[in-house]
Amino acid sequence: MLDLKGYGWLLWDGVQLTVMVSVVSMVGASVVGMVAALARLGRCGALSLLVEAYTTVVRGIPELVLLLLVYYGAPTLVQDLAATFGHKVVVSINPFAAGIATITFIYGAFASEVFRAAYLNVPAGQHEAAAVLGLSRLAALRLVILPQLFRYALPGLGNVWMVLVKATALISVIQLPELMRNADVAARATRMPFTFFLVACLIYLAITLASMWGQARAEGWASRGVVGGRL
Amino acid sequence: MLAFLADHLGAFANGALITLQYTAASCLFGAILAVPIALMRLSRRAEAFWPATAYVFFFRGTPLLAQIFLIYYGSGQFRQGLESLGLWSLFREPWFCAVLTLSLNTGAYSSEIVRGALLAVPHGEVEAAMALGLSPLQRLRLVVLPRALAAAWPAYTNEIVYQIQATSLVSIITVMDITGVARVIASRNFAFYEAFATAAAFYLAIVYLVILVAKRIEKRLHAHLDEVESVGKRIGGP
Repeated sequence: MLDLKGYGWLLWDGVQLTVMVSVVSMVGASVVGMVAALARLGRCGALSLLVEAYTTVVRGIPELVLLLLVYYGAPTLVQDLAATFGHKVVVSINPFAAGIATITFIYGAFASEVFRAAYLNVPAGQHEAAAVLGLSRLAALRLVILPQLFRYALPGLGNVWMVLVKATALISVIQLPELMRNADVAARATRMPFTFFLVACLIYLAITLASMWGQARAEGWASRGVVGGRL
Repeated sequence: MLAFLADHLGAFANGALITLQYTAASCLFGAILAVPIALMRLSRRAEAFWPATAYVFFFRGTPLLAQIFLIYYGSGQFRQGLESLGLWSLFREPWFCAVLTLSLNTGAYSSEIVRGALLAVPHGEVEAAMALGLSPLQRLRLVVLPRALAAAWPAYTNEIVYQIQATSLVSIITVMDITGVARVIASRNFAFYEAFATAAAFYLAIVYLVILVAKRIEKRLHAHLDEVESVGKRIGGP
């Protein structure tokens, strides 16, 4: 069998951090995406333009560049700005926060597209029916639209999740000890780079497989009240 | 910021050239891979289906960074074997490993796009080609592939855009693309946000330029459809 030379526990630590960073970022991205989608669909022109600019910019810049911009660029920008006002401050971000902030920012844009499409998929008749029942706009959103919206959004969100998990590997570049970084440490220490990077790849594949299974379950659950079932 | 740009614009332009080269090379090799892989995935023969499916699953299911490390650093573990095959001089080069990994990666994603497009070719057209007495290879070459590749273009445009951004990872194995240039300039001059913001602007410009060109090509590919529409308008209109 595969001999990990005692570095198995290091990989396990990395897996836990990878999963944690992914989950936190996914929750963040969903919230950002939901707010952005509502702003985009709302009646305020300036807000919807702002959201459009946000998604346009995020789609055109590599994740790695954004990560470096947040981790190295943001603290120095703050320091320079403070210096022009005559203050001397030292700012630094830890890799954990910078990683989560960047991934949330990027995947928030993708999630907002998913939510927007899902919202537009809810039939107009549902809005009208809610209005006829005398529900306020907020109550209609919460009781009628959102439950249906989630059913349409789940396949897209599952997709975002799977791409997001892989994107967290980039945070290893700023030395966050997640799976990729720890595999790198083990690879250097044991001089078995192929073995450790292959094991890391297999672990990512396992996470993908588990996610696919979870997604199928979730979609089944979200469609439980629908005649004819799954989308 | 202006002084920064004046000093380093040339270096960024060189980086942009490298980024474009890696994108073009990997998209070319990826596209060459994509068609046979897609056909294998649609094959009913297990010996064609399973290797292609495993390849696609592996490269789509793992991070590109892990793939780059696996090939670039991982090849070191097989140095003696590669040396005896005369391949070590290639595998020790970052550019070779970068192009190889990027090509294999985009090949997997592109093959799924081609597969979807192949499945979307109307069955009637295949039947018509059969009725005309075309051989399976002729059907593929003359009817199914032209149709499928035109249909795949919009999705493939997206893949090119991803690929432009994916090439930024080659900077991690010391290739001096836009990101690589930005990292060196940033740490040498202690100009982090200037350097990375400039890099971001370069990527944005390239991405949206490519999208513009791709839309033009899309119009050409679907020119025959435009014509039908305008004829319809001419007949129906006043």
